[in-house]
Amino acid sequence: MREADKTDLAIPDFALVVLIGSTGSGKSTFAAKHFLPTEVISSDYCRALVSDDETNQDVSADAFDLVREIAARRLKHRKLTVIDATNVRAADRKAWVELARKWHALPIAIVIDPGVEVCIARNAQRPDRDFGPGVPKRMAMEIRKGLGGLQREGFRQVWKLTSEDSIEAAVVTRQPLWTDKRHDHGPFDIIGDIHGCADELQALLEKLGYGVAWSEDRGDRKVTVTPPEGRKVVFVGDLVDRGPNSPDALRIAMSMVAAGSAYCVQGNHERKLGRWLDGRKVTIAHGLQETIDQLEGQDRGLREGLPAFLDSLRSHVWLDDGRLAVAHAGLKEEMIGRGSGAVREFALYGETTGEIDEFSLPVRADWAAAYRGKTAVVYGHTPVVSAEWVNNTLCIDTGCVFGGKLTAFRWPERDIVDVQAIQTWFEPMRPLGGSSLGKSAQADADGVLDYEDVSGRRWIETELKGKVVIAEENASAALEVMSRFALSPQWLTYLPPTMSPSETTTAEGWLERPEEAFAHFRERGVAQVVCEEKHMGSRAVIALCRDGSVARERFGVAGEETGAIWTRTGRAFFGDVAMTEGLLARLRARVDQIGLWDELNTDWLLIDSEIMPWSAKAGSLIESQYAPVATSSAEGFRAAREALSRATSRNVDVGAIAARYADRAMRAERYATAWAPYVWPVSGIDDLKVAPFHLLASEGRVWFDHDHVWHMTLVDRLAEGEGVVTRTRWRVVDLADEAACSDAIGWWESLTGSGGEGIVVKPRDFVSRGKKGLIQPALKVRGREYLRIIYGPEYDAPDNLVRLRERGLGGKRNLALREFALGHEALKRFVAREPLRRVHECVFAVLALESEPIDPRL
Amino acid sequence: MFLSVATTHKPATDLGFLLHKHPDRLHQTDLNFGKAWLFYPEATEERCEAALILDVDPVGLVRGKGQADGLLDQYVNDRPYAASSFLSVALNKTLRTAMTGVSRERQDLADSDLPLEAVVTPLPLRGGEALVKGLFEPLGWTVDLTPVEGFGSGADGARYGHLKLTGTGRLSALLNHLYVLIPVMDDAKHYWVGEAEIDKLMARGEGWLDSHPSRDLIVRRYLRNRGALARVALERLAPETAAEALPPETRVAPEEALEAPIRLNDLRLDAVVQAIRATGGTVIADLGCGEGKLLYRLVRERWVQRLFGLDPAARELEWAAKRLKLNEFGGPPEGRVTLLHGSLTYRDSRWAEADVAVLVEVIEHLDEDRLPLVERIVFGETAPKSVIVTTPNADYNALFPNLAAGAFRHPDHRFEWSRAQFEAWAARIGETWGYTAAFSGIGAEDATFGAPTQMAVFSR
Repeated sequence: MREADKTDLAIPDFALVVLIGSTGSGKSTFAAKHFLPTEVISSDYCRALVSDDETNQDVSADAFDLVREIAARRLKHRKLTVIDATNVRAADRKAWVELARKWHALPIAIVIDPGVEVCIARNAQRPDRDFGPGVPKRMAMEIRKGLGGLQREGFRQVWKLTSEDSIEAAVVTRQPLWTDKRHDHGPFDIIGDIHGCADELQALLEKLGYGVAWSEDRGDRKVTVTPPEGRKVVFVGDLVDRGPNSPDALRIAMSMVAAGSAYCVQGNHERKLGRWLDGRKVTIAHGLQETIDQLEGQDRGLREGLPAFLDSLRSHVWLDDGRLAVAHAGLKEEMIGRGSGAVREFALYGETTGEIDEFSLPVRADWAAAYRGKTAVVYGHTPVVSAEWVNNTLCIDTGCVFGGKLTAFRWPERDIVDVQAIQTWFEPMRPLGGSSLGKSAQADADGVLDYEDVSGRRWIETELKGKVVIAEENASAALEVMSRFALSPQWLTYLPPTMSPSETTTAEGWLERPEEAFAHFRERGVAQVVCEEKHMGSRAVIALCRDGSVARERFGVAGEETGAIWTRTGRAFFGDVAMTEGLLARLRARVDQIGLWDELNTDWLLIDSEIMPWSAKAGSLIESQYAPVATSSAEGFRAAREALSRATSRNVDVGAIAARYADRAMRAERYATAWAPYVWPVSGIDDLKVAPFHLLASEGRVWFDHDHVWHMTLVDRLAEGEGVVTRTRWRVVDLADEAACSDAIGWWESLTGSGGEGIVVKPRDFVSRGKKGLIQPALKVRGREYLRIIYGPEYDAPDNLVRLRERGLGGKRNLALREFALGHEALKRFVAREPLRRVHECVFAVLALESEPIDPRL
Repeated sequence: MFLSVATTHKPATDLGFLLHKHPDRLHQTDLNFGKAWLFYPEATEERCEAALILDVDPVGLVRGKGQADGLLDQYVNDRPYAASSFLSVALNKTLRTAMTGVSRERQDLADSDLPLEAVVTPLPLRGGEALVKGLFEPLGWTVDLTPVEGFGSGADGARYGHLKLTGTGRLSALLNHLYVLIPVMDDAKHYWVGEAEIDKLMARGEGWLDSHPSRDLIVRRYLRNRGALARVALERLAPETAAEALPPETRVAPEEALEAPIRLNDLRLDAVVQAIRATGGTVIADLGCGEGKLLYRLVRERWVQRLFGLDPAARELEWAAKRLKLNEFGGPPEGRVTLLHGSLTYRDSRWAEADVAVLVEVIEHLDEDRLPLVERIVFGETAPKSVIVTTPNADYNALFPNLAAGAFRHPDHRFEWSRAQFEAWAARIGETWGYTAAFSGIGAEDATFGAPTQMAVFSR
């Protein structure tokens, strides 16, 4: 008698379900009943998509390509997918098994066979299927022939519904994969590779607040572990081998798993032990012998429970709404929460390059360096000196059995708790892994950034301004500059935002005045602004380290440099390393003198500043662009005026023209002297002046949470004495106080009247928000003569000024805010020691935005 | 900008008839970039002088919403002030009839040689006094050039001159000479050069240009194609790339000019193609492929299976695609050549399947402190079976007559290595990443200084 079909189909909630049944078997009806329309991909439907005809057999190849393509996209997004095709031959089904494997989905077969007669009868009622009884008969035969081999073909579940009744009765339920524990929010204590170090394990558990009580029950050694309220342990595997007491380590893990207070993922040593217990042939090495010896003579309770326990271990666990995954040797992003042979192998052994190192051990591919996932992956397997984050992955095998530590990682607290090994239980075959040259493991992994980290259109999530979009063409320009001209990304942790001028004034003879800047901020609800003298030099960002070792450790650079100075487009400020180091040394001496290192508890500073003279950086610009304008305008006007005066003396009526040329000549003359205050020869560091205005960041801090009064007070301290740091004049202005405002305007007039560039007006708070969101972090108000350099000799002639006033500031301001948010984001990420690519992404984006076409005179 | 013409022919005031402009009046001409005025500072029987002054509107010049609207880019520059094609346009508009040599009242005078003088100032001296003399003296004019004293350091000599021409000739000839040669001396046209420009040049140059000893230079500079507004985005960030914006056919890299006599570029490509073939590799990545010269050679080789070209400059890749006829009828089959916009300073899996990577004249364009990163990406992470690197041999520089001691062959070169330096570098690469290197020279070998280019073929 035939066994009745199982009609309770419990399938994984992520799988590739392959329906098998002849034409007329009712597959599509079955699929429609049990699955979402979007989950089912029908070959007939795809035939219609490519040829408008569901039954067109000529387009089968294209239709199946389409089915495969759609299925692949769904599986990529971890969506259950149903293939609705006849799939009668093993060859038809092979492609689906391969596809499932590729995306680490479980392939499931559901055979639908109501009997040949039923199929024939159904086809007969359908006008589009006039192929007679031969086809379903042949199909049914093919299907039955292959039934027994479905498991062997690779299907992980095979369901057979062999009668109309069982097809009708079938109920499909979906169950999460064993590895999918996303609903469990812990909190968790993840414990690294134990390798039989049971005493250290007990000490660690107790340190974590777990109670460990041993007892004896009818000759069986028992342990009860009582967790602190609500906490759970996750063992990363490799409980056994090499160490002194694998049995007790197993007892602790087994009792906790049984009590529901722990998860345990499979380690490669558990797999081998399981195979040995199973009586399979394994090479006894890497400490397995110790375990075998220790298990000898243990009580029955342990020995009898062990095979089932080992058999129950899975590749990984996926926890806390998908934020955390634990696997023995780590896991690639595309494998998390999925199941396949490849997932299991990777979770057990990690990725190897196929090469063998000098200790005859496999060379491991650095999957963590390439990891870009949002899920934190905690793993063991590879002993390291200390647990360090690399790209959101953390290895917590700190080599306890080799005399290192046993480490636990607390989630979501992200704390590390460890206990020292009692002794070296086993000599390591190679030295424990770790980062090189005093660099962090993350810095090691960051040595190489990936093209994918910067390419194409990007959205960057910023704290200050939400998502900032970078267009592909801008990124493209930035790629060339970044790779051909910029400093290495390790230094380039920040680029300054562009700054908008104040609204254009209508005051006769002027283009910019402070009144408009004050009004801008007043209207947005800002009570106080800080006005700072704007030095006419070149913008410079300075990374200043206490010494070279700080540079290597904190910035991950390889050389001997003790800092870096770069321009607003990320290039080295000075071509000459000696100049950079010399200037850094002087700044360092100032920081030493005022005791800033200890005060801020840091070994490095990131400083935003202006370096003078302008000619030091812009010398060639003056030579090639500004000076020729002065020379040519002066000469042209001289010649014209000379000719005009001769014509006047002949009584030709050229009076109006002569007056016009006198006026033009006067403006050209002013132009020729406008940049004089900003130009002086530089032969060494003594000729340079540095005017810092923001302390951007230091260890653990981004100083955007301190107001500009704090920043300028700090800068004043740096500028004391006659050193390289020059003072920036500044004042706080209460915008409600009219007298203070007009006083500040007077100050601006006198500054700019005596050759100053102008002032920068900033809301007192570094980051200010108004009703409409983020407020401009600063507006510049430039002096009349300085603007002459920018807009040309005759810009302030009345008929020119009237046209120049029609300038749009919207684009520039929008850019300023986006760049400000990105710069802040870069600093925040750097300070939080996030992977370099996360910092670089923001800096790269600022550079990309700078390539947007904006009137450069603004 | 200022231009004047004068004559001492008697009666000199006949100049007014030749120019069709009354000596006692102010004549205004409206131009689309401003105004021009013509008046006579002097008008006696003995000497008569007409002056043309140009009032170019500096604001109008740079106005316009997009970059393409204004005539010039948005920076302050000398265009409103220096003698340039603006002056030629004004000349043509103000004195059109005089330039054709027609005079209603004094045709015989228009057809005669007269004692003439002309002044142009400030005249940009792109090419120096020698050029000015070379342009005007063959036409019979005596050149008196006074440098204009300038602001700034003036390190590169006087940028502008006050030009005075004297001689005997027809007035129309003088005006036509000035019309053509002012922009030639300025070497920067203010508007896009189109086909109509060629006709204008032919018309104005009739009768003298053909036999002028500097004819080719005049034509080239007059028809100068500035490729004006291309790639503004990149130039904003990297002004040094401005020169690279020219299409490959029209630019002459300093390096190529230097090396041209020895046909080094061709020899280098030949040698590299041979070296690639000798490795047995068939999937080739040209890293820093530029405009695609090497790819163009390789795409025709039957033993080549697939080609990758990587370059950080998007515009170079566009030219490479054109050269290779990618996605065009008659071009290589799809998938044979893949151009990748990318950089050697970022790991890039897109070319990882290559079994030979080629860096032809690339490493010297990278800052030395970024080289280790490139080494790690090419030799360490991607690790193709073979890597071919060529770079200038600095020892050989001593043999270039036009290269100053210690100077590099190209302004973008960050270093140039001697043979010993290159071999030391290659040895370190070999040790670190497990490659062996074989060295050879490309180009005629000098007994002391070696070959102009050095090549290393790395294999593992």
